[in-house]
Amino acid sequence: MSASKFSNPVVRWIDHRLPIFSFLEHEANEYPTPKNLNYFWNFGSLAGISLVIMIVTGITLAMSYTAHVDYAFESVERIMRDVNHGWLLRYIHMNGASFFFIVVFIHIFRGLYYGSYKAPRELLWMLGVVILLLMMATAFMGYVLPWGQMSFWGATVITNLFSAIPFVGESIVTWLWGGFSVDNPTLNRFFALHYLMPFLIVGVVILHLVALHRFGSNNPLGIDTRGPQDTLPFHPYYTIKDFFGLSVFLTFLAAAVFFFPNFLGHPDNYIPADPLQTPAHIVPEWYFLPFYAILRAVPDKLGGVLAMFGAIAILFVLPWLDRSPVRSARFRPLFKIFFWILVIDCIVLGYVGAKPAEGMYLLVGRVATVWYFVHFLAILPLLSVIETPRPLPQSISTPVFGGGGGLAGAVAAPKEKL
Amino acid sequence: MRKLILCLAGLMMVGPALAAGGGDVVLKHKDWSFSGPFGSFDQAAMQRGFQAYVEVCSGCHSLDYVSFRNLADLGYNEAEIKAIAAQYEVEDGPNDDGDMFMRAALPADRFPAPYPNKNAARAANNGAYPPDLSLIAKARANGPDYLYSLLTSYVDAPGDKEVPDGMYYNSAYSGHLIAMPQPLYGDDVTYADGADSSVEAISADLVSFFAWTAEPALEKRKRTGVAVVAFLLILSAMSFGAMRFIWADVKK
Amino acid sequence: MAKSQTKSGADASVEHKSRRDFIVVATYAMGAVGAGAFVWPLVDQMNPAADTLALASIEVDVSKIVEGQSITIKWRGKPIFIRHRTASEIEEASGVLQDELRDPEGDDVRAQKPEYLVVLGVCTHLGCVPLGQKVGEVRGEYGGWFCPCHGSHYDSSGRIRKGPAPLNLEVPPYSFLSDQVIRIG
Repeated sequence: MSASKFSNPVVRWIDHRLPIFSFLEHEANEYPTPKNLNYFWNFGSLAGISLVIMIVTGITLAMSYTAHVDYAFESVERIMRDVNHGWLLRYIHMNGASFFFIVVFIHIFRGLYYGSYKAPRELLWMLGVVILLLMMATAFMGYVLPWGQMSFWGATVITNLFSAIPFVGESIVTWLWGGFSVDNPTLNRFFALHYLMPFLIVGVVILHLVALHRFGSNNPLGIDTRGPQDTLPFHPYYTIKDFFGLSVFLTFLAAAVFFFPNFLGHPDNYIPADPLQTPAHIVPEWYFLPFYAILRAVPDKLGGVLAMFGAIAILFVLPWLDRSPVRSARFRPLFKIFFWILVIDCIVLGYVGAKPAEGMYLLVGRVATVWYFVHFLAILPLLSVIETPRPLPQSISTPVFGGGGGLAGAVAAPKEKL
Repeated sequence: MRKLILCLAGLMMVGPALAAGGGDVVLKHKDWSFSGPFGSFDQAAMQRGFQAYVEVCSGCHSLDYVSFRNLADLGYNEAEIKAIAAQYEVEDGPNDDGDMFMRAALPADRFPAPYPNKNAARAANNGAYPPDLSLIAKARANGPDYLYSLLTSYVDAPGDKEVPDGMYYNSAYSGHLIAMPQPLYGDDVTYADGADSSVEAISADLVSFFAWTAEPALEKRKRTGVAVVAFLLILSAMSFGAMRFIWADVKK
Repeated sequence: MAKSQTKSGADASVEHKSRRDFIVVATYAMGAVGAGAFVWPLVDQMNPAADTLALASIEVDVSKIVEGQSITIKWRGKPIFIRHRTASEIEEASGVLQDELRDPEGDDVRAQKPEYLVVLGVCTHLGCVPLGQKVGEVRGEYGGWFCPCHGSHYDSSGRIRKGPAPLNLEVPPYSFLSDQVIRIG
């Protein structure tokens, strides 16, 4: 912390007492980043910016929203019609949620493909799973707030999941509702929690970043950086790259907000909630569809709920299921194939989740659900034993492959740092 | 990138699946003036649709979220809006004696509903609730086409289909049995501008009107959207160029 | 890029550098403009909404106010006093000499039509609503209004005559749409 780092005397004065400039300099300017990151590494910063967009539009919406069953729907319509730019803020918030999930899903699958969850980044990965869980809870509660038909029935169905818990299930559901059905107390607490949880996410995101900066980003080769020749300072190289990614992301978001704002929504949510009439075909928001399909694939109530939560819980132990020392799928020919099968499996689950749970859809949903768990619980542990990885390059800047190749060389490289 | 494309493909599969409503009905499609990125409302059609709503629909269907002042979007001036509002009575009060009283509506008032509450509406309509129409064009899958098809598809029931009392046959309605009697027969309204008043023409006018009541900010939204997307495309191109410059000296 | 690198000499690299700096700065500047444009909706949403503005001007029919009586109506969340003044009240109000007043203002300036005085019913001292609207209420020493909070007396033109208030009762923007209909706001 030499004071001579900054020429500006005011900056120097502040930094001596509150080393915020040193911190920024260290974490943004000097922070060494692998030089070979591809565009999939843009999605982390995009997720962070999505969170900011959601919080900013959310706070402004909260200024005009009324969390009461008699006024909620109407207050949202007032935002859409009378509040200055209210329609814009609401559509950004609505579509922003979907885009946030798109970005986060791509971010997660990037981590899966390049083995970013492996040592020494296990906690970084687990914090990410916590963020995903918090996001899902936040999104679910947010969807209840407009108090349309889908809001109401979505809230009813999802809160009823907890009734599957043996012995105390009913009491928990009553406690969640604050009554004997989804009603005004439920709406009120969901609003309070929907406002709170994004800030919890911010907290976990900060931990996620601290953990990230401990060892730095993984990279497409999945090997550790070996010195300055392998890295670039984050600024200006990755600031401009993230800025470019952000521009493209915002173009897509704007196209949705301005031209197809209701494409990802459901028409029934423009009908005020009616506790006496369930819509013919209720589906959750698209980002919950794969989990919804897993829920419905199991013919037992408790079993379905456990499978659904298990689908996420399994991600927590992923670093210990996949024991292969090679991170990147580029050097794991079999893993690569199974990775793409998993991607297709998730898309199939999402598709099935949107369809009625009957006939073919139910069958396909069951097969896809079983495959999801088989992938994590059987295939990944098995692959770590039987797969022969391709030879790893010696470093990022020297694309020379390790002599001899085979498993021995591949194991040696990543273990060095442990 | 491959992954991204796959994800988008997945979305495209799932999106329409979400929007799908009654699967057994093929809707009539029309090219509406308000569809597409440059779409805008047709004021004359909206005015005709408004007239048809008032004369045909408003006996049973409310328009809860629309105020008289909003009619300015249809091209009416302040005096015309005042005159339209004055034809309605709304409840106000309490007055100095503590009583509620009726007064002529003002531009700031919303359209009064035909029934005091949902139960009254049901009771007056054989137990079927005539839905509020303010958001109807967004509250149904493919709203505009759906409304147009519904209004123009009252046909005779096929011989083997039994139509119970108080129900009507409509080939565009999911299940084909609808509680709403046929609202339009042609020449139901006389348009001041001499426009066509066939069932199809009135239906199309009503759709224009309801597309507006559901989304009054549509024109503004699309106009802003064209500018914003253009700006972001330029920004993307510039930042791409800037990125190439900055990365130029990095050895791959 | 390849092109500029093949040009030999310092020239090319300087030219390359300045072009680079220009486009980088222009890009970030444009991004800042975009962010600024996005801030505007966030700020403007706090301004009065369309339904609030629709109630920002009201029309009042004054034909039913009996001479000597007042009505109170709510406008933008505050009381408006409309008094149908008697001939003697008008005479009294217009007869006051300007130098007797703390906040000199002629009655003809305050009332567009002398019969109807329209003022905001908020005491200019600390915002209480003065008495004097209802029959039998105290009207103060000058026959207008009396603020009970700290004893300000207003005359029949709503001007401050005695007590701590610094200014006359405010006259809201209004106009006569016809002989008997006033639009306030």
